[in-house]
Amino acid sequence: MQKMRVRNHQVVLNRSVGGDAGIFLFLFIMGVFMFFPMVYVVMQSLKPLDELWVFPPRFYVVHPTLKNFSDLFTLLSDSWVPFSRYIFNTVFITAMGTFGNLIFSSLAAYAVSKIPFPGRKGVFWLIQRSLMFTSTVTSIANFITLSTLGLMDNPFALIIPAWGSSMGLYLMKQFMDSSISDSVLESARLDGCNEFKTFWVIAMPMVKPAWLTLIIYSFQGLWNTGASAYIYSEEWKTLNYAIGQITAGGIARAGASAAGSVIMMIIPILVFIISQSNIIETMATSGMKD
Amino acid sequence: MKNRKKKLQSASESVIEAEAVVENENEQIHNDSVLEDNQPKGKKKKKKAVARKDMTKLQWTLHEIKRNKIAYFMIAPFMLVFILFTVLPVGLSLVLSFTNFNMLEFKWDMFVGIKNYTRLFFEDDIFLLACKNTLVFAAITGPVSYVLSFLVAWFINELSPRVRAIVTLIFYAPSISGNVYLIWGTLFHNDSQGWVNGILLKMNMIDAPILWFHDEQYAMTLCIVVALWMSLGTAFLSFIAGLQTVDKSLFEAAAVDGIKNRWQELWYITLPMMRPQLMFGAVMSITGAFGFGGVVTALCGFPSVNYSCHTIMHCLEDYGSQRWEVGYASAIAVVLFLIMIGANTLVNKMLSKVGQ
Repeated sequence: MQKMRVRNHQVVLNRSVGGDAGIFLFLFIMGVFMFFPMVYVVMQSLKPLDELWVFPPRFYVVHPTLKNFSDLFTLLSDSWVPFSRYIFNTVFITAMGTFGNLIFSSLAAYAVSKIPFPGRKGVFWLIQRSLMFTSTVTSIANFITLSTLGLMDNPFALIIPAWGSSMGLYLMKQFMDSSISDSVLESARLDGCNEFKTFWVIAMPMVKPAWLTLIIYSFQGLWNTGASAYIYSEEWKTLNYAIGQITAGGIARAGASAAGSVIMMIIPILVFIISQSNIIETMATSGMKD
Repeated sequence: MKNRKKKLQSASESVIEAEAVVENENEQIHNDSVLEDNQPKGKKKKKKAVARKDMTKLQWTLHEIKRNKIAYFMIAPFMLVFILFTVLPVGLSLVLSFTNFNMLEFKWDMFVGIKNYTRLFFEDDIFLLACKNTLVFAAITGPVSYVLSFLVAWFINELSPRVRAIVTLIFYAPSISGNVYLIWGTLFHNDSQGWVNGILLKMNMIDAPILWFHDEQYAMTLCIVVALWMSLGTAFLSFIAGLQTVDKSLFEAAAVDGIKNRWQELWYITLPMMRPQLMFGAVMSITGAFGFGGVVTALCGFPSVNYSCHTIMHCLEDYGSQRWEVGYASAIAVVLFLIMIGANTLVNKMLSKVGQ
């Protein structure tokens, strides 16, 4: 039998030095692969024009400048709408979509998780299946639905479908299953709370990590909305689309395009940094039972 | 601190519970006195149970529906939107796939039976090529990203929480950073201004710039690399969280029982404990691997050179929102739907056997 090592009264797990070194090397190489492009975008966005055109291309920046960022606003100045309009559109769509999704999903998640109504297994089965295909499948038919509803070329064509996004509901329901005990709800009901009040006063404060996670998921999805077939007038195009247009201007716009990407990425990353521990806490219950 | 909070919470919970019990009894007493019911409690309960038995299944269900009707109000807003934009489209696509619906006239003339499907599989060479590309793409990115997500999550599990948070951010960031993948277009730009071409030219490895994303030979491989770069997403987070919940004492017990190295630990303890997360992660990885059309369009153009990166998503876009042949596009959507659901079901069946 293998000898066990004991240090400070704790069993030390079997870890070979070679294994640790190999893992470190693997993580290091992978880390560089993941991180390099991100750093390169930031470098590109800070390079003045002459440094963008150096041959051979240089990785780091010598004289950083913020000109590329201010260029973003002037480059599109002769377009139909000002650059700030794209930012407003993206913020508007993201905020409206996320808010609706939060309210609708948490209400439904609470009912599916905590009220034994007939049909809830079927509802949850549908939700699980919907995680298995992407919106590509539904895009064509939704075009017909949206135009029948008269929502074409309206920001709500992007906002309303987001309210019924199932990912948030799934995570919220799984988290509620394990973190709210039925006895607490039962006592609230006996105290005379109706279901809505129980949900709002008792259940919601207990699942704070879950609704933060839901907000972040919804936020990321909507924030990154690009060109959409449902929106054709320039007034309602999104930030991601505008940056795509700048990038399409070719290598001459490399600096401004990188600056746009930095603006796009910095916000989801900041949001993730702030809420990381809550997301991980929620994800612990994300598992699927067969 | 957190522990203390939890303790406090559980203490308050038990107080609430105790109150609930008291109240329950009060109510019971109250009821009894009002009804002047002399029957012992046990008998009363029995009576109720008989009532439940007396009802047919339908009656009982109706009774339960009535009793929980508030639940239907709570799920209604979500379900309305969900059914309208997720469930209905699948059904609508299925119906439309048997017609020659045309978006420009917004009507169809007739049902064409399975003509759309026979055209897809027997006449449309580009669709068959797209099928092949999609399957190759998914068969590589799906499993590799899945294994990669798990390995990285597993490797960083034993780091200190702060270091782990930083490493998590580095690996997770590409999947949430909007259109940062466009930088790959700059790195692999098709003239000497591209970073890779610049280095290769400088080192005299090549005489002329390589077209990379616009070269049949490299385009697909590069797209797979970019896909993998962006693929440490939801599944990755789920694995990190799941690994944290595995009971540490199990490992100590296993070390006592003669588990020799971390790989045995992984196989005998960690993987079986992680089955729910493994299944969820599989769904996320597979769905992600099949839904990777937009990035290819952005990097390789649409259509890509000689259709080398043309996937089913691109066929769908082509017929759905450019040629407006909605009937035909619906048939493509149905095929894509079936492939995604089929792959997910199959893999989940396999994973449910892990550790059994």
